[in-house]
Amino acid sequence: MTATGWAQIALVLAVTVAAAIPLGRYIAAVAAGRVTFLARIERTIYAIAGIDPAKGMGWRGYTLAMLAANAAGFAVLYALLRLQGMLPFNPQGFDGLTPWLAFNTAVSFVTNTNWQAYSGEAAMSYLSQMAGLTVQNFLSAATGISLALAFCRAFAAGGLKELGNFWADFTRITLYLLLPLAIVVGFAFVAIGMPQTLAPYAEATTLEGAQQTIALGPVAFQVAIKHLGTNGGGFFGVNSAHPFEGPSALATALQIWSHQVIPFALALTFGHMVGQVRQGRALLAVMLGYVLIATALVYAAEAGGNPLHIAAGLDPAQGNMEGKEVRFGQALVALFTATTTGASNGAVNAMFDSFTPLGGAVPLFLIQLGEVLPGGVGSGLYGILVFALLAVFVAGLMVGRTPEYLGKKVQAKEVKLAMLAVLVLPATILGFTAVSLVLPAAVASIPSAGPHGLTEMLYAFTSAAGNNGSAFGGLTADTPWLDTTLGIAMLLGRFAYVVPVMAIAGSLAAKPKLADSAGTFPTHGPLFAGLLAGVILILGGLQFMPALALGPLAEHFVLAAGRIF
Amino acid sequence: MISLLRPALATVGIFTLLLGLAAPLTMTGIAGAVLPQQAGGSLIEHDGRVIGSALIGQDFTEARYFHPRPSATTEADPDNAGSTRAAPYNAAASAASQAGPSSAALLETLRGRIAEAGPAPVPADAVTASASGLDPDISLENAARQVARVAQARRLPEQRVAALVTATAEGPELGLLGEARVNVLRLNLALDRLTAASRP
Repeated sequence: MTATGWAQIALVLAVTVAAAIPLGRYIAAVAAGRVTFLARIERTIYAIAGIDPAKGMGWRGYTLAMLAANAAGFAVLYALLRLQGMLPFNPQGFDGLTPWLAFNTAVSFVTNTNWQAYSGEAAMSYLSQMAGLTVQNFLSAATGISLALAFCRAFAAGGLKELGNFWADFTRITLYLLLPLAIVVGFAFVAIGMPQTLAPYAEATTLEGAQQTIALGPVAFQVAIKHLGTNGGGFFGVNSAHPFEGPSALATALQIWSHQVIPFALALTFGHMVGQVRQGRALLAVMLGYVLIATALVYAAEAGGNPLHIAAGLDPAQGNMEGKEVRFGQALVALFTATTTGASNGAVNAMFDSFTPLGGAVPLFLIQLGEVLPGGVGSGLYGILVFALLAVFVAGLMVGRTPEYLGKKVQAKEVKLAMLAVLVLPATILGFTAVSLVLPAAVASIPSAGPHGLTEMLYAFTSAAGNNGSAFGGLTADTPWLDTTLGIAMLLGRFAYVVPVMAIAGSLAAKPKLADSAGTFPTHGPLFAGLLAGVILILGGLQFMPALALGPLAEHFVLAAGRIF
Repeated sequence: MISLLRPALATVGIFTLLLGLAAPLTMTGIAGAVLPQQAGGSLIEHDGRVIGSALIGQDFTEARYFHPRPSATTEADPDNAGSTRAAPYNAAASAASQAGPSSAALLETLRGRIAEAGPAPVPADAVTASASGLDPDISLENAARQVARVAQARRLPEQRVAALVTATAEGPELGLLGEARVNVLRLNLALDRLTAASRP
């Protein structure tokens, strides 16, 4: 670790938080319908779709509308992927995807996971990338943010029956937040080297006279929303490590900014929507604290390098460089890694599979903590609010009072639903991983021997259920078993989680809003932030400890003892 | 439930046209007009033909060129359907080794490369495979160790080759972000120009 490295980390985070402050206020204005600069397009959409944006929905209606939009998105994307061989914008002449790969990919992009069992430049037509994957990058992000806005509204007043109109939130977030940001960031990406072209792959004759086919495409726009929407699905197989998808350290820094700024801003949006900005700041402080700790751990592990490789004669100065690019440096790799897994983005600028055992354990554990630090756009906010409810419940148990959060009583029903949601992740991850570690057809997908092989399988289901999408890429993921089970894990991680969460929102909305009293536990100070951080660690992380002990921790210790596989 | 069908299909349909076609196609048109070099993939032409991209590494094995990092990219094996064979710097199929830290095969590979590149300690980027298999850069330490070989193969003074490395090298961006490095294709192009100019 170097001072220059830490200066890079500090600069990128400071610029991100500085932008999140006005953006958080702006999103609150969008949510309230006060932003109208594309009103004509907005009204046209409502007219064609038969939507009355002023009509409020209860939690059931809101959730059903969300499910309908996502089902339609899945159907369109699945059809596009299956039929791409017959459709235009396919200069490389790629065939349609197999049914299980199309299922896996369509689920992956609709659930904001962007797990990729294919390699973009070797499988996807330009039409599939643009009209299929890019569109779902927008819509899955708008879905998450809409759900978070509905959840925030539950705290706004007492006795509410309605949480807003899903179609209006969904349309406004897309038009006024995601599209303008994606256009600006997309042009910035082109300016610093990302291609944006429909030309077929370039044929070059190298200086030594060999032929080199160079994959191209409409990269910049898709990569802009891939980060802004915390989607993470790369245009190319190696994602943001590809020189066209991450052409420079500046590009990688701008990508980190892009996948952190909306999740950070939403924490503040929450504060604005409940009328107390400091409530949002407390959430943001917890998120930032975890990001910093995780970055430091990855940075230390990767800059330290692999002891066996150093003993074999490798200069330790650059740290562990297997699976890393020269231009980024270890500091920006560490910050990218911590933020992409903390934020449920899943893009990578280095290969986790080749990280040191502890360096690779950090992204794995960050996803297992529940994707709330700061989590995906929207999903991170409603996720951390679920933990906040559990934190006030724990505090209430300690002092023997009925817990309250922002004037809403948290009672048995909400706590049961919150625990139901929190348990989706461990049940899905550990259940599917356990089955896949004994099923011969699944074990055949594991490339590595020893504890690293266990980590590769555990990471796949963690990434899928956490809707992250990053991978220990050595795993052979495109098999009928893994395509199907990882697809189911993604669906459970998104929808089995969000239905109880929306039920909590409905239940809290209907309760009266109590005024603060002398006995109210303040939820904006350092005491609450510390309690929340602890609850996330214990409730989110503890159940994964046995699996982590068998995977990355075991590998760390046997590696230190000189054992390889 | 049926009442949800119309808004669901209509919004997805409209947004597919707007976000999936109108926006990216407009952007492609504007980017191609305003920033044609970057939007087209930063391709480098030499005597009227494309010799590569400034951003994409290419394989160099001859002694008179600086060599890039090891690359783990592959291509379909024409002799053996369904399997692949090594094809370094295949820019149509980016790939990493994905070898784990406790992999015996990786340690064996590294030992072989270190023995070739010796004497130890060897700069890490000289013997490890990059994340993309297309890394266009090498570290300055890696380049410095290749100067003697390149100078000898080209019958140039070492100082002139070393000076060219320094002139081609790039520092961290904005003076802060990322690492100092040298782009191998640009360096080798500059070398070819230098050799051509110094010939009688």
